[in-house]
Amino acid sequence: MIKAVLGRFSGRSHSAKPPRDGPMLAPNRIETGPDSSRGVILYLEDITVSFDGFRALNALTLYIEVGELRCIIGPNGAGKTTMMDVITGKTRPDTGSAWFGQTLDLLALTEPEIAQAGIGRKFQKPTVFEHHTVFENLELAMAGDKSVWKWLYARITRAELEHIEQVLETVRLTERRNARAGALSHGQKQWLEIGMLLIQEPQLLLVDEPVAGMTPQEVERTAELLTSLAGRHSVIVVEHDMEFVRSIARQVTVLHEGSVLAQGSIDEVQSNARVREVYLGV
Amino acid sequence: MDTNTLGPRNRLIAALRADRGGQWFLGVLLVTGVLAPLLNLAVPPTSALHLSSYTVTLIGKYMTYAMLAIAVDLIWGYCGILSLGHGAFFALGGYAIGMYLMREIGTRGVYGDPVLPDFMVFLNWKQLPWFWYGFNHFAFAALMIMLVPGLLALVFGFLAFRSRVSGVYLSIITQALTYALMLAFFRNDMGFGGNNGFTDFKDIMGFSLQAPGTRMALFLVTVLALGGSYLLCRYIVASRAGRVIAAIRDSESRARFLGYRVESYKLWVFVFSAVLAGIAGALYVPQIGIINPSEFSPANSIEIVIWVAIGGRGTLYGAVVGALLVNYAKTYFTAALPSMWLYALGALFVLVPLFLPQGVVGAVSQLRSRMIGARATS
Repeated sequence: MIKAVLGRFSGRSHSAKPPRDGPMLAPNRIETGPDSSRGVILYLEDITVSFDGFRALNALTLYIEVGELRCIIGPNGAGKTTMMDVITGKTRPDTGSAWFGQTLDLLALTEPEIAQAGIGRKFQKPTVFEHHTVFENLELAMAGDKSVWKWLYARITRAELEHIEQVLETVRLTERRNARAGALSHGQKQWLEIGMLLIQEPQLLLVDEPVAGMTPQEVERTAELLTSLAGRHSVIVVEHDMEFVRSIARQVTVLHEGSVLAQGSIDEVQSNARVREVYLGV
Repeated sequence: MDTNTLGPRNRLIAALRADRGGQWFLGVLLVTGVLAPLLNLAVPPTSALHLSSYTVTLIGKYMTYAMLAIAVDLIWGYCGILSLGHGAFFALGGYAIGMYLMREIGTRGVYGDPVLPDFMVFLNWKQLPWFWYGFNHFAFAALMIMLVPGLLALVFGFLAFRSRVSGVYLSIITQALTYALMLAFFRNDMGFGGNNGFTDFKDIMGFSLQAPGTRMALFLVTVLALGGSYLLCRYIVASRAGRVIAAIRDSESRARFLGYRVESYKLWVFVFSAVLAGIAGALYVPQIGIINPSEFSPANSIEIVIWVAIGGRGTLYGAVVGALLVNYAKTYFTAALPSMWLYALGALFVLVPLFLPQGVVGAVSQLRSRMIGARATS
């Protein structure tokens, strides 16, 4: 269970949380993860978001299954980023409901609580700690008690070490573990950031344009990485690069003007007449 | 093997092994600690090798400055908190030991009052103010040396960090803090001797402050305190908490989002640094023999930051190098060309960040790696 909680001083997180015992205690956690017993990890139903009259999301309904790798595509302004914002709690919808598993109402949780509950988001711009090594970046991201006093003398346990090694292996940075993150290539930084999410063991991973600015080799390795994650995690990828989407996606959802236009395999979607009209412009 | 799987003691050893600059510094400190007493006390004054008490005191003073610089480097170089008011914590530590030294004078003062220090008799005070109670005991004063700066830093830091005051705004309010304290301590009715401060100390724990033996003992305590502070700070930055602190420096919001209580970490480091500064101040005053409100002056605090910048921040030993270099230059210039010192300091402040962005130690290590590179290619 991850514990990405804003400092206790942030105004927003105060309201929804039980009182704490003291400033040095670990942030409280949401002990029960999502109940995904029905095989669905994320329910979005009839979500509508408007900004000054503009409907960024228009009665969007979408279900993500456990272990699924889903690609979301759509032209600019289709509502992809707004959808991610709703899932992570950054934007509150006007109407609709969003559930993480059967029991967690995402609309009632704050951003850090959602992160704690097991939804990790990777932003477009990589934000790793450039002066720390790859290993240290993963260590910093790891879940656990994060109080000052404990960390002054805490050592890395064997289990933690193995966990870091395993993530290093997954994101293929084992050989660069002692390199400074600032010295990594753009693609490696993106992988490191995915690793920093993975080490918190999220159940649902939101990945925003992972291959923007990557070399063809890096794109290929990223595709392998994301497909290898599916099964153990549920992954939602927002991407423009159709080649890339074709190489990883089993299920593709096309968004248009804030709602789902089409859904299915990449071939089905690409042969859909309306999709060709609005998205591919043919 | 990652050093962080090790226990605390082994981790410190591993951190020192990788710390070339620190090895040099601790080595030089050790040699100083052995040679200075020998040359000062064992070698007769007629010999050319004799180290005068004046020089011993001067080195002792520099070492307390070096300790102060380490404290500033810990929060600025590693946590990104630019305090322009750290002189205040140094001065508070100094005042705390000063109060003890004043009460030690006893009847030997000009007015011979057994309880009241001279300046209180002069001001016609009949009673000792309540906050002077307890300072006749050394142990109490020793506690206050750490407690007073620590508490001030705790309250100030809690308010500042909780409100997310950071960057240049924090620097400005730390300046305001030390300036306000300076104005307060200048007032006679504060009960701290006004603009004269405390001086004319006679002895410490019964030993005369003029005796060479006492001076040497103070010097050796300073050597130990400086070495100890270095090791403590090195340990902190090598610990897991140290990496969180550096992460906060590089991206506060990211660290917060990873689940760290950024405010707690910052507050902790700030208070620790203030306590170190207070101890340094308490070692400074008995060696120098005077403490007055000018120690709170904002310019003093800015000067500390300049030491660290010139030495090279984020290295700990760089802070020591900077403190020694600048203060040696200051001693030299203020004797040889008194009017030039402020210009020289200003020039250093402009030129060093421009040409030596990583300070003197950064430039030296760059030069060395370039020479090694040149040798490898030729």
